[in-house]
Amino acid sequence: MNTEQMKQTNIKATKKDRPWKRSLKDFYKKLVKNKSALIGGYLIIILIIIAIVGPFLTTLDPAKPDYAIKLEEPSADHWFGTDHHGRDIFTRVIHGLWITMFIGFTATILGSIAGVIIGIVSGYYGGKIDAVIMRFMDILLAFPGILLALALISILEPSRSNVIYAIAIFAIPTFARIVRGSTLATKNLEYIDAMKALGASDLRIISKHIFPNILSPIIVQASLFIANAVITASGLSFLGMGEQPPSPELGALLSDGRDFMWDAGHIALFPGLVIMLIVLAFNVFGDGLRDALDPKMNKK
Amino acid sequence: MSQKELLKVNNLKQHFPIKGGFLGRTVNHVKAVDDVTFDIYEGETLSVVGESGCGKSTTGRAILRLDEPTDGSIEFDGVDLLALNKREMRKKRKDLQVIFQDPYASLNPRQTVAQILMEAMAIQKAVPKAKRRERAIELLETVGLNADQIDRYPHEFSGGQRQRIGIARALSVDPKLIICDEAVSALDVSVQAQVLNLLKKLQKEFNLTFLFIAHDLGVVRHISDRIIVMYLGKIVEIADKKSLFENPQHPYTKALLSSIPTPDPEVKKERIILKGDVPSPINPPQGCRFHTRCPFATDICRQEAPALRNLDNMKEGHRAACHHIEKIAAEQ
Repeated sequence: MNTEQMKQTNIKATKKDRPWKRSLKDFYKKLVKNKSALIGGYLIIILIIIAIVGPFLTTLDPAKPDYAIKLEEPSADHWFGTDHHGRDIFTRVIHGLWITMFIGFTATILGSIAGVIIGIVSGYYGGKIDAVIMRFMDILLAFPGILLALALISILEPSRSNVIYAIAIFAIPTFARIVRGSTLATKNLEYIDAMKALGASDLRIISKHIFPNILSPIIVQASLFIANAVITASGLSFLGMGEQPPSPELGALLSDGRDFMWDAGHIALFPGLVIMLIVLAFNVFGDGLRDALDPKMNKK
Repeated sequence: MSQKELLKVNNLKQHFPIKGGFLGRTVNHVKAVDDVTFDIYEGETLSVVGESGCGKSTTGRAILRLDEPTDGSIEFDGVDLLALNKREMRKKRKDLQVIFQDPYASLNPRQTVAQILMEAMAIQKAVPKAKRRERAIELLETVGLNADQIDRYPHEFSGGQRQRIGIARALSVDPKLIICDEAVSALDVSVQAQVLNLLKKLQKEFNLTFLFIAHDLGVVRHISDRIIVMYLGKIVEIADKKSLFENPQHPYTKALLSSIPTPDPEVKKERIILKGDVPSPINPPQGCRFHTRCPFATDICRQEAPALRNLDNMKEGHRAACHHIEKIAAEQ
C-alpha cells in the first residue's frame, strides 16, 4: 500500500469519523465526480419511485378496453396515446414499469445469492468441488442468456415466477465466476491464515472474513446485471414466453405495438423508450460504481 | 534454562504436488521440507534461518497444520498434533499461535482492533464474554499501544503498530508457543528493534517459547537462544547462538555468516561468495544438497547425504551435516 496515501487518510481521519462512514463519503465523492454515473443513479431512484408509487396515482384501469378511443395519438387526456383496445398507454407503462423492475430486481437478488454461495464454496474449498462446479458453470455460460431462459420456460410454463427463476439461473454463473476469483485472492491473505491458526471454523472465516471483503465486485456486478435482467424479462414477454396478456409488462407492450408500427408508432415507442431508459440508467450507474469502488482508479 | 521439550518435530516432510498434464495428474513434487528433525525447549527462542525457498516458513506452517505435512510427526507438549482430528486440533490451536510477516495483510481491514482481539478470544472461548473488552485493552497496553486506539481500524496504524496488534492477537488466547514467521522482516530497522525487544519482554512475562523464522542474521543474533540453519529443505547446522556465530562448521553456515556486514571499515573480512543459485527443490541434487555450490565438495558429497554430527571440536548440542567437517577444520 502506498504509505503516502495512508498518511493522508490518517490525517483526515478524526476519531468519530469511522472508516465505513468515511469510505462511504469518499465513495460518494468519487461517484459524484463521474457525472454520467450520478445521472444514472438519480434516474434509477426516480424510476424506482415511479414504479412503486405510480400505480396508485393513475386514474385509469390499465387492463380495461374502451374501443371508442382506440389507437388515439398522444394528447392531453392520454399522454402516451391509446392502443388498439383503447387502453391508456401511459397508465400501462407505469404499471408495466413496476412489473419489469420487480422481475429484474428479484431475479438479480435470487441469482446473486445463489451465485455468491456457489462461488465462495468453489473458491474456498478448491480441488475437485471447484473443478466440478466451475465446469458446470461454464456449460451454463455457454448458452446465450435469453436462449437459456427460453428453454427453461418452455419446459416449465410462461408465468412471472418462472421468468424470475429462469433469469436467476442464468445470473448464477456470472456471479459465481466473479465471486470465486475474489475468494481465491482473499483466502490466501495472511489474516485468513491467522484466523485458521486461531481455530476459526470455515463458516466463520467465510462469513466474517471473506464475504465482507469481496462485497464490492458483487455490488457492481449486481447493478450491471439488473439491466441485463430487465432486457431479458421484456424480451421474454415480447416473445410471448413471459408475462401473458393483458399484463402491461413493458416487453408485452412493445409486442402489442409491433402490429401497428406504421399506423400508430406511439404504441411501441413509449414502452421501448422506458426499457431503454432503465437499461441505460443501470449500465451507466454500474460502470460508475465500478470505477468508484476500484482502488486502482483512485488516482485522479 | 529448563530443558523440557515443548515441541518435538520428527522427520517432518512437506512435499507439494505439482499438477499438470491431462486431467491435472500429479507430475512431480516440490520438496519444500525434506526430513527435518528438531526439538524446541520450553521458554527458549529457536531461530530458523536460511535463504528464501529453503523451507523455513513451510516448516512453521506445517507445525501449525496450516498446510498438512506429507510425513513425519509433530509432538507438542506430549500430544501428537498430526493425530488430532479437526475439532481437537482447533482446541489445541490455543497453545500455538503465529505472527505473520506482512503487517498489512495479516489484519482484516474491516475489523477494528477491538473486534480482532475479541474475536480471537471468542473463537477459543479464552475469556468470558463480559471481560473480553477489558482484556483487549489490557493486551493493547501490554504490546505498547494506547487503550484509546482500540476502536480504530488497521489502516489507521503504522506497520510497526499493526505488527503489535498482530502480537496482541496471538497473545489473546494465552499460547505457549508462538511461531514468528519473518515477524520483523517487513519493518523499518528502528521499528524492528522495538518489536524484537517487545517480543523478548513478553517472553519473560508470559513464559513464551518462540520459533523464530527469519533470514536476517542480525535479528536472529539479537533474539535467539539456539539457531537452525536450513538449506533446500534440510537442516545443515543446529547450535546454540554462541557456537554458531563463533564456531560455524558447515561451509554454508560459514558463507552465510561471512555475509553479515561489519560496522568497522578497518577490519578486512574474508567474504565467502557462493557461486550459482539454489537448485530447484523439485529435483534437489543427489547426496549433499549443497554440493553444487560448495567449494569443498568431493565425490562422497555427490553420492551420500550427510547426517547431522557432533564432533570433538563442537559444543554439546551443536551438530552439522557435512562429510568434511574435520578436513575443513584442519585446513584453517
